Amino acid sequence: MARHSPDREAWARRRREGSVIDLSPAVLVTHLFTGLVLGMILVLLAVGLSLIFGLMTVVNFAHGSFYMLGAYLGFFLLGLTGSFWVALALAPLAVGGAGLLVERVLVRPLYGRSLDDPLLLTFGLSLVMIETARLIWGRIGVTFDPPRELGTAVSLGFTMFPVYRLFVIGVTAAVLLALWVFLARTDLGLVIRAGSRDPLMVQALGVDLGRIRFFVFGIGTLLAGLAGVLAGPMRGVYADMGVTIVIESFVVIVVGGMGSLAGAVLAGLLIGEVVSFTTLFAPKLAEIMVFIVMAVILLVRPSGLLGEAGLLE
Amino acid sequence: MIRRVRDGLAAHPVAAFLAVFAVFPFLVPYRALATQVLIYGLFALGFNLLYGYTGLLSFGHAAYFGLGAYGTGIALARLGLGSVWAALAMGLGAATLGGAVIGFFCLRRRGIYFAMLTLAFAQLLYFIGFHLADLTGGDDGLRGIPQLAVGVPGLSIPIETPIRFYYFAFVLVGLAVVALKRILDSPFGAVLRAVRENGERAAACGYDVTRLKLLAFVFSAAFAGLAGALEALRLTVVPIESLYWTTSGQVVMMTLLGGAGTFFGPFVGAATFLVLEDRLGLVTESWPLAIGLVFMAFVLFLPRGIWGTLTGGSHAG
Repeated sequence: MARHSPDREAWARRRREGSVIDLSPAVLVTHLFTGLVLGMILVLLAVGLSLIFGLMTVVNFAHGSFYMLGAYLGFFLLGLTGSFWVALALAPLAVGGAGLLVERVLVRPLYGRSLDDPLLLTFGLSLVMIETARLIWGRIGVTFDPPRELGTAVSLGFTMFPVYRLFVIGVTAAVLLALWVFLARTDLGLVIRAGSRDPLMVQALGVDLGRIRFFVFGIGTLLAGLAGVLAGPMRGVYADMGVTIVIESFVVIVVGGMGSLAGAVLAGLLIGEVVSFTTLFAPKLAEIMVFIVMAVILLVRPSGLLGEAGLLE
Repeated sequence: MIRRVRDGLAAHPVAAFLAVFAVFPFLVPYRALATQVLIYGLFALGFNLLYGYTGLLSFGHAAYFGLGAYGTGIALARLGLGSVWAALAMGLGAATLGGAVIGFFCLRRRGIYFAMLTLAFAQLLYFIGFHLADLTGGDDGLRGIPQLAVGVPGLSIPIETPIRFYYFAFVLVGLAVVALKRILDSPFGAVLRAVRENGERAAACGYDVTRLKLLAFVFSAAFAGLAGALEALRLTVVPIESLYWTTSGQVVMMTLLGGAGTFFGPFVGAATFLVLEDRLGLVTESWPLAIGLVFMAFVLFLPRGIWGTLTGGSHAG
């Protein structure tokens, strides 16, 4: 019979007390994937923000509130229909529809005014959305479960990992790929990219930029809604869930560089991993590390990892 | 008549401030509200120096308000400083230093990035305040700030009662108002407005625009810090929300409601906001919903704010 050696027991005790950090492959792989999941949610938000910002020079402060709306609508539709898949399909569409309405009624009158005005307006809007959510769904958050077929864990070789999180990685990767193909390979995508560069020239060429902006605001908020439904079962649903994460998405944009889809993906994943691995070493520092990364980037490469200096400033 | 009063107020802002606020506590339902208007008015005044006069929209002014509040609170509650003046100086120093460091980073990007960066750095300070619980009290807030008497040469004046505290704050905020007026009337103040109107042209005239902006940022942070320090003395507690984004949002809304770029707008806005909050808070827990709607209506239809519209001054004037 192998007895536990005193060494081993001391080690186990220090492990429990948290003075030793477990760096086994199982723990590392788990953190790698956890970081990937967080990163993908951040990328979905940052890409939408970045598209809206690029084409419309609108900083949509309410982006986090659309994310929150997506999560609550997912919860609501799941309760109504009993099917996660229906909720996953419909909630982002409904959020995108709300986004279209907001663009038409609130944002459009502000084109041509100071660039600060849309930010101020969407700040007010986000207060209104948060308080409305509290009125409808209560001041305490709600939770909803992933569908049963995704509720299990799967072996990653070293360790078990929830299938639902792998599913989130897969869905966001597929959506981002589709978005990239759309922007890079279609005529409409070309117009959107051109409009971000030089809106005056694009209009001079006879493109109705108003309609394109309407459409892009819808797409951006739809992506935020999708991120919300996906994040709901993992992070819980509460009225101001969007504020912290929208600030982190701003950081992703600053780090990645404006006007670069690849930059947003790179920065989002980088920040997701940084947060996840910081949790391993110093849990209290996790939220702070996001901003340390941003400060370092501002010092050494102010235009961001893949951004062009001066674009959209 | 009304027009003459209004024009008189606008022409002699310092005298008008002193006249109105000397009797203000007797014009509002209760004293605490008057003190709050003074303190948040000062906070908005600082924000307005940056946004209204320099054209830089900061969405993270909670950082300097919070640094002022925590600096003063920690000096009194943790370090056991025996002088209110020394504690105020610590709060003011913390906010000014914070403004210099964060301003340096945020001014590395222009335009709309700037707003996002200020917000991000304020969030950073919020998390730091949240996790440094030994020093800040974390989630529970910083408690146990003693209410010391204010020492002036030969005298020791207690400030426990609301009305005494009001006049203590009145003196300090009055000094800040005089200082702001001097800043705005100086050549530096004139160049700030030039930067707001056209940064490139100001640069072409040979001004170091980034340095000017940083200086405005630091002044603005100092005003916000003094407001935070006074709020810590008033409440004898520093809630963690002092550093939260909602506080940043509050000062933005106050300034815009009152009228950005006008001298009195911040006080008018602070009074409007606090009265609305007070009255609506009695009726419903959802008062931010109503204030959010009012704020949106102002951005859309009344971007010059209450005072800006009344005085007919342009957004720039």
